[in-house]
Amino acid sequence: MKAKVTVTFKHGVLEPQGKAILHALHNLGYAGVDNVRVGKLIEMDLNGADPDKAKKDLEAMCQELLANPVIENYAIEIA
Amino acid sequence: MTIGVVVFPGSNCDHDVYHVIKHVCGEDARFLWHKDRELSGIDGLVLPGGFSYGDYLRCGAIARVSPIMAEVRRFAEQGRPVLGICNGFQVLVEAGILPGALVHNRDQHFICRPMHLRVASAASPYTQGYAKGQVVNFPIAHADGNYQALPDTIQELEDNDRVAFRYARPDGTVDDAANPNGSIHNIAGILNAGRNVLGLMPHPERAAEPELGCTDGRALFMGMISNLVEHSA
Repeated sequence: MKAKVTVTFKHGVLEPQGKAILHALHNLGYAGVDNVRVGKLIEMDLNGADPDKAKKDLEAMCQELLANPVIENYAIEIA
Repeated sequence: MTIGVVVFPGSNCDHDVYHVIKHVCGEDARFLWHKDRELSGIDGLVLPGGFSYGDYLRCGAIARVSPIMAEVRRFAEQGRPVLGICNGFQVLVEAGILPGALVHNRDQHFICRPMHLRVASAASPYTQGYAKGQVVNFPIAHADGNYQALPDTIQELEDNDRVAFRYARPDGTVDDAANPNGSIHNIAGILNAGRNVLGLMPHPERAAEPELGCTDGRALFMGMISNLVEHSA
């Protein structure tokens, strides 16, 4: 199984990288962009066969290490 | 009295802290490797600055699962002194030993310069050598020093006098112009509820002897040490 975890800053947490990219896009003339937020994509290979167990483990991994729940949200995808 | 200096892969202020404790303050210091699990004979701990594990994932996030951190947590819970400076502060918040989070500086830059701080609370071992409201000068050197926390956490810190230092102008004014990194309420350092754990982004060890142009930081280490001496007496 493969898993993807996407970690993004919570709304309300200042995300300067996104702001800088938004500014650069505007400089390039892309006036249609209103907001940019940069996050992280973590890809994993898992050796189990039980997607439910994997989901549960990934949830725990996110809480414990992969994301900081004070400032970040996360989304888990298993394929 | 022996102060342990925790060394993670990527710590780079460990020797500065060791030097200040041993040669400026005249107390025993001992390096502790992050894989150590034994703190016997250690009376106080410092988590120094640096870039533990290359700041991978989030600053301090990998270091906080090092074997020694379970002992650091226990040590802190026993009410014994733990000081986290810069990356050490980031490790303490990632470990949940101090609340909140340290995120990227408001202006994206790594900032390295002397910084005026207002002593927000003198009621801790570390700040007892200062007067409340006193302005001190410690350098800052960080890219992720922007202190953020949920409104309830900020309220709790403010209500319980747990903000130790705030970024300030030379005259002590605390305002947005004096805020280098976007930290809420200009917070530069905070205490835990027991007041035995201090985390701060500025570097007192870089301002502890005349040769470095400023001695304001020395009192912070002396306060930590004198508190230990009182308790052992």
